Amino acid sequence: MSSRENILAAIKGISLEPKSLPEIPDFGVPGEPVETFINSILGNKGEVLTKTEFESWLPKTKFSKIISLSSSFSEVSSRGLPKDPHELEDLELAILDGQFGVAENGAIWLEDANLGLRVLPFITEHLVIVLDRKNLVETMHQGYNRIGGAASGFGVFIAGPSKTADIEQSLVVGAHGAKSLRVVLV
Amino acid sequence: MSHPENATEFLKDKAKSKWHDETLWFVRDKRDRISKTIPEWEELRSLASGIKDNVLANLDSYLEDFERNAQKNGIKVHWAKDGEEHNQIVLDILQKQNCTAIVKSKSILTEECHLNPYLEKNGIEVVDTDLGERIVQLLHQPPSHIVLPAIHLKKGEISQLFHEKLQTEKGNEDPAYLTHAARLHLREKFLKAKVALTGVNFGVAETGEFVVCTNEGNADMGVHLADVHIACMGIEKIIPRRKDLGVFLRLLARSATGQPVTNYNSHFRSPAPEKELHIILVDNGRTAQLAREKFKNSLKCIRCGACMNTCPIYRRSGGFSYGSTVPGPIGSILSPGLDMKKHSTLPFASTLCGSCSDVCPVKINIHEQLFEWRQEITKTHGELGKGLSMKLANGIFKSPLAYKISGNLMRAALKTLPNSLIYHPINAWGKSRDLPEAPKESFQQWYKKNRS
Repeated sequence: MSSRENILAAIKGISLEPKSLPEIPDFGVPGEPVETFINSILGNKGEVLTKTEFESWLPKTKFSKIISLSSSFSEVSSRGLPKDPHELEDLELAILDGQFGVAENGAIWLEDANLGLRVLPFITEHLVIVLDRKNLVETMHQGYNRIGGAASGFGVFIAGPSKTADIEQSLVVGAHGAKSLRVVLV
Repeated sequence: MSHPENATEFLKDKAKSKWHDETLWFVRDKRDRISKTIPEWEELRSLASGIKDNVLANLDSYLEDFERNAQKNGIKVHWAKDGEEHNQIVLDILQKQNCTAIVKSKSILTEECHLNPYLEKNGIEVVDTDLGERIVQLLHQPPSHIVLPAIHLKKGEISQLFHEKLQTEKGNEDPAYLTHAARLHLREKFLKAKVALTGVNFGVAETGEFVVCTNEGNADMGVHLADVHIACMGIEKIIPRRKDLGVFLRLLARSATGQPVTNYNSHFRSPAPEKELHIILVDNGRTAQLAREKFKNSLKCIRCGACMNTCPIYRRSGGFSYGSTVPGPIGSILSPGLDMKKHSTLPFASTLCGSCSDVCPVKINIHEQLFEWRQEITKTHGELGKGLSMKLANGIFKSPLAYKISGNLMRAALKTLPNSLIYHPINAWGKSRDLPEAPKESFQQWYKKNRS
């Protein structure tokens, strides 16, 4: 017998009492979703900007290696997507559109279609996600309802910049992924 | 070595063990505070527990669903009955790719299978990319905690290690400086690796996708740059529906570190164009545990580590004292199932206070299972019991007269026993403990005087 058959046969050989699968109620978060979302992002060590704030921030950064896949800021790209993701190694800024944000924890959902290359939001030194404030849901439950049966090959909830506390529990922002996350709420 | 022997070793550095205790308590406290901000917290725990009960009752069909759906999406599915077969499958994939170096994100399962030494023996360089895991790997140590792998180390030790291995400034202990050095060092490894390996937090039967959660982004840096992604998953990590992820992601990070969610929660459904995605489903003792009615619930664990952070024994004895891949309360109910003799002291490394069960996000009755394992172990290995003192206590508790007399004797003794006898090197109990001040009379005597 193959290991597959062995494992499945071993499980089938155990008499297990039936247990029904519980339904998940629709929990909500008290309070106003935009404010809750902003506080969640701040708690995760990200920042939240308005469109105007972002537009005045960007030139000050003097970044010259920028890829923007955001429909709101398509003109700021300094280059296109490479074929080989390794060429993104020196990328300073990526600007992407998020599909929706979750108020309770600041998680923002992006799929292949938003990412161009899957490594983009991780390898870039700084990350900006543009999010329509109409696209905020209260909890992860509503988040997954919204994703539904979507068939993207890859999807990710990003809730903040890369961070670690592995050295004596001291929080350090900028471990391996993006050193900062700015969310532009439009 | 037994748990008490190892714990004695850990406690020799008093300042460090105190720091360890307080730091983990701080993490436990963060978990408490954030859980109180979710009004439905207890309902979520019950839901998570109920979903996992359903998974365990239907594990075979969920695994078959998962396999079918994953294959439909272009994922290659492998099955391994034990650690050895798992390691062999990984090596085969690497050899087909002519790959001699891999990057790896956190996976307790690969620790359990001893994958790293196996691959190294076969000429493969393995680089752990989670910062804490990289630190312990450079020290040739296993992780001492499943979420905080280097929690047993002080920044001075890490600074010294990085000075030797990564040429950082001698004496610079700034965590930001040290983390940045690791970022540069590991980025080089990410850019070179052709194969990346990850663990799995959840596998979804309904969609054939799996989810990997990190804060550092190291799993994603590895797999999206590599040509091949190998994901290693224990068969109990299955959940039925995509929407169940809502329940588990709400509980996982809050229970683990007291944050509302991990910063990166990646859902892998199919490989990127021209890339390969493999998943290895591993048994390694899990079906045997499922067959043990009293202990099968331990398979509900989502590896958050909350039971370790809260455990008075874990906090004061350190992860290495357990001598098992998964330490702490959950490790003490999982490990005896793998090797009862080797891990026979673990279920006794507990006060049975029940705090582990109270914080468990999937409501595993950990402390009850610890008690059950004690009975199993005493039945099988009688010689390993606690011995004479317990037999004596048993005699005293059986007879009301003996109990009364011994109580009087004890109150007298506590007052008059010389410290040299209590804090004597051969009395292990006296270490790090102070005797209570004894009351003048027993409760019974007090009651007679005041209430009768």
